[in-house]
Amino acid sequence: MIAAIRCVLRRDLLLALRRPSDVATALLFFIIVASLFPLGVGAEPNQLRAIAPGVIWVSALLSSMLSLARLFAVDHADGTLEQMLLGAAPLGAVAAAKVFAHWLVAGLPLVAIAPVIALQYDMPVPLYGTLALSLLLGTPVLSFIGAIGAALTLGLRGGGVLLALLVLPLYVPVLIFGAGSVDMAAAGLSALGQLQLLAALLVVSAAFAPWAIAAALRISTE
Amino acid sequence: MLFRGLSFTLSDGELLRVAGANGSGKTTLLKILCGLLAPEAGEVRWRGQPIKALREEYARQLVYLGHAPAVKDDLTAAENLSIACTLAGVAAAPQSVRDALEAYGLPRGDVPVRRLSQGQRRRAALARLLLSEAAPLWLLDEPFTALDAGAASFTGELIARQVARGGAAVFTTHQDAPISAAVARVIELA
Repeated sequence: MIAAIRCVLRRDLLLALRRPSDVATALLFFIIVASLFPLGVGAEPNQLRAIAPGVIWVSALLSSMLSLARLFAVDHADGTLEQMLLGAAPLGAVAAAKVFAHWLVAGLPLVAIAPVIALQYDMPVPLYGTLALSLLLGTPVLSFIGAIGAALTLGLRGGGVLLALLVLPLYVPVLIFGAGSVDMAAAGLSALGQLQLLAALLVVSAAFAPWAIAAALRISTE
Repeated sequence: MLFRGLSFTLSDGELLRVAGANGSGKTTLLKILCGLLAPEAGEVRWRGQPIKALREEYARQLVYLGHAPAVKDDLTAAENLSIACTLAGVAAAPQSVRDALEAYGLPRGDVPVRRLSQGQRRRAALARLLLSEAAPLWLLDEPFTALDAGAASFTGELIARQVARGGAAVFTTHQDAPISAAVARVIELA
């Protein structure tokens, strides 16, 4: 089982490395969406500082959605998903490896680039740590929840839009705690409560999402 | 409904050919046999136990090569083959992977599968058979499509060897198969 997990992880990272444009699109999408807001709402510094956590978090949600649509679709199209379904390792473990690989290429870069976006919004420097930490805890949850939706909408026509309708409402708690933690820190309060709730969400989704993904994959490939 | 009232037993060392026109349900039957699809009614048993209960335990016993070659375009044939083997729970040394690909006449070197022809892709997928000799059941969906005469007869030879070893094999085809072994049974789907 460990061999299969390592193999899938290595495979997906290798595929991302061979096709770096896929990784770049999700990251550029995040940067562009987050940069559109100042153009729309005006450049009043206080206002920008106030909306920054929310905007960065919503951009992260959308960007993670964008890359999720392809998570299983490509493997489904070329038949490799069938081989994973018939693999010697439990499908849940393989699914978890795929989600983790997705987070490494689509979620982790967002965590790294977020402080640069925060700079654009004139966010005070002491908040960068809270912002990055909240994204570090929250983006894997987005990947796990989104992967359930991606597995359910696999092979459907217009699956991309359906995926958004299905998954975005489920992202709400992550958004509230994620953006909330930065707001708390901005108000001079401790963000620990929100961050702990995010960590709890991460633990719960890591424990249960793989099996939900496996069940969804079996349903949608039948 | 594609077919009904279908019942058969496959013993060790038996070769079963599933024949029939396009759309008669050959692929569906094979997917039911490997457990990717659930039959509307009835069940598939492996050594007396329903495969639904066995799951991974059953999956470890079989090799299923489907319609799609199941190779990643951006990876090399060797990478594809060793990943496929690892996922199937078979430890494949780099040297045996290279040997298997060479036996199937694939070019040496790190060429991504994207640059290979349709037939070569098929060969890259079929090379797994050389590393799956321990699997007692082979389920092959149209193994001879897109192959030239040489590769087709080599594949036929591998299937014959599997049967001679005492393993079982099921394959679908709508053309004549270049297999020297006696086909134990033919299921003709109407």
